[in-house]
Amino acid sequence: MAAVDFLGTRSLSRSFGGLIAVDGVDLSLRRGEIRAVIGPNGAGKTTLVGMICGRIRPSSGTILFAGEDITRLPPWHRVARGIVYTFQITSVFRNLSCFDNVALAVQRRLLRGAGLLGGVERSRLDKAVFAVLDRVGLSDRAFGRAGALAYGHQRLLELGMGLALEPTLLILDEPTQGLSEDEIVGFCAIVRALAKDMTVLLIEHNMDVVMELAERITVMNNGRILAEGSPEEITANAAVQEAYLGS
Amino acid sequence: MTGGKVQAMAKSSAGRVAVLHVGLIALMFLLQFVLPQYHHTNLARIMVLACYAIGYNLLLGYTGLLSLGHAMFFAVGLYATGLGVAQFGLDPLSGFLAGPLAGCALAVIVGLVALRTSGVAFMIVTLMFSQTGFLLILYFGDFTRGDEGFVVAEGLRRLAIGGMTIDLAAPAVRYNLALALFGACLFVSWAVLRSSIGRVFVAIRENEERTRLLGYDTWRYKLLALALSGTMSGAAGGAYALLFAYVGATFASIQYSIYPLLWVLLGGAGTTLGPFLGTLLMFYLIDIASGLLPGYLIVVGAVLILLTLWFPKGIVGSLRARWLTWLP
Repeated sequence: MAAVDFLGTRSLSRSFGGLIAVDGVDLSLRRGEIRAVIGPNGAGKTTLVGMICGRIRPSSGTILFAGEDITRLPPWHRVARGIVYTFQITSVFRNLSCFDNVALAVQRRLLRGAGLLGGVERSRLDKAVFAVLDRVGLSDRAFGRAGALAYGHQRLLELGMGLALEPTLLILDEPTQGLSEDEIVGFCAIVRALAKDMTVLLIEHNMDVVMELAERITVMNNGRILAEGSPEEITANAAVQEAYLGS
Repeated sequence: MTGGKVQAMAKSSAGRVAVLHVGLIALMFLLQFVLPQYHHTNLARIMVLACYAIGYNLLLGYTGLLSLGHAMFFAVGLYATGLGVAQFGLDPLSGFLAGPLAGCALAVIVGLVALRTSGVAFMIVTLMFSQTGFLLILYFGDFTRGDEGFVVAEGLRRLAIGGMTIDLAAPAVRYNLALALFGACLFVSWAVLRSSIGRVFVAIRENEERTRLLGYDTWRYKLLALALSGTMSGAAGGAYALLFAYVGATFASIQYSIYPLLWVLLGGAGTTLGPFLGTLLMFYLIDIASGLLPGYLIVVGAVLILLTLWFPKGIVGSLRARWLTWLP
């Protein structure tokens, strides 16, 4: 089993002082699936994906990605291997244009292996950046300041930056938080289209979104995995209902 | 609006930017024919110091790293060239090249240590390194002539190219060499800002963690920014030794670390033209103030306080925010 996992964590733990945020988690993802991680606030979801993308160092345990132990790799090496994280709190570069925001991601991909001083041809960069902006529908705002965009558009830009890196594992941390109903519908459509090319790990509170997108659901509580299964299994699971769904 | 139209607008502003920068260089070239001697010399000095400011701006304005010890990079260039020519018999050209090389080497060494810190700690560590440099110059006073400094003799400042001898002490030569260096530094800073490297520098200034998660080893980019900045500061120091013939420990003192900060803040951090404008205004402000007051440094302090409180974007930065959004 373990050998075919795309992403696998083994007894992954992280404590902050006396608080154990993630406690011995074994998570495994198959290539190409859409996996949702749900759980109440403070369950350790963001800490878990933070360790997977390299933002947070684990206290113990290992992370395997495509057969390689990446536990000690710095985040930029993980990006090079295809692990891309989009932030829970939108963190586009507010003072830069949308073009530059996406260009930062695009040039990173185009410059892979080129070294520190490498350059990208302007026309090639322009083309790739506008391809991404078209995909998330922001081409006409390319040279406007990202900070001036409406919140929903900033989330799309954030997603665009993730896509521009051409990830194999895309981690979306509460992507629909703060979006309107209409925007959520559009967002789900984009994510579903993406899932043809990549594995998606989704942290989400909105259960409608989870039920619509996820093929499998992992439920976390108090830093541990409480249950895992198909949406139907999770809805029927008594322990989950008690801990999370609150009925 | 379509992507194509948006791109066309971006191109037209790039044209305006090119006209503005080339125009400034042309204006500086023409000014030498009309300026009286006193201002002619001043402007040559301002252009060399502006190179120092442009170098400082690469670090503070683009990358967001505030160094309080940049005088060490200016001074190491000044001494590498000054001592190289005066003591080690280098010709002026190789002597000048020693300046930026020394600046670059020192920046890399200091960066390997100082860039392990950030924020206030980075300010303190650079300040400490710089003070160490200053004290070393005084300690080896027999060799460096310490506080008193030394003059690079006129006879050593002659450049032989082919059959021609160029006298660096001649005002016209000095002015045009200063202009050439200034033009080169201005062009490099503009080119860096437009390049993919410059985009990463700015991203680090705006949000370093986000930049890391986009796949950039930000530490290496910061070291590169510091090396570029040190190289330019060292080049300014080297040019100063050759063109103005004086080498002294004052240039390694804390005062000369504060100046570039002030020039860049006054002109506008993170803008291409701000460092020059800030250097120009501050130079004349101090020039006028020192004629009126004995303690002219109080002017420096007052300007620093006023800027921080009410004018954090500086002149070019404020112009850009209000009206000229296309300014780089």
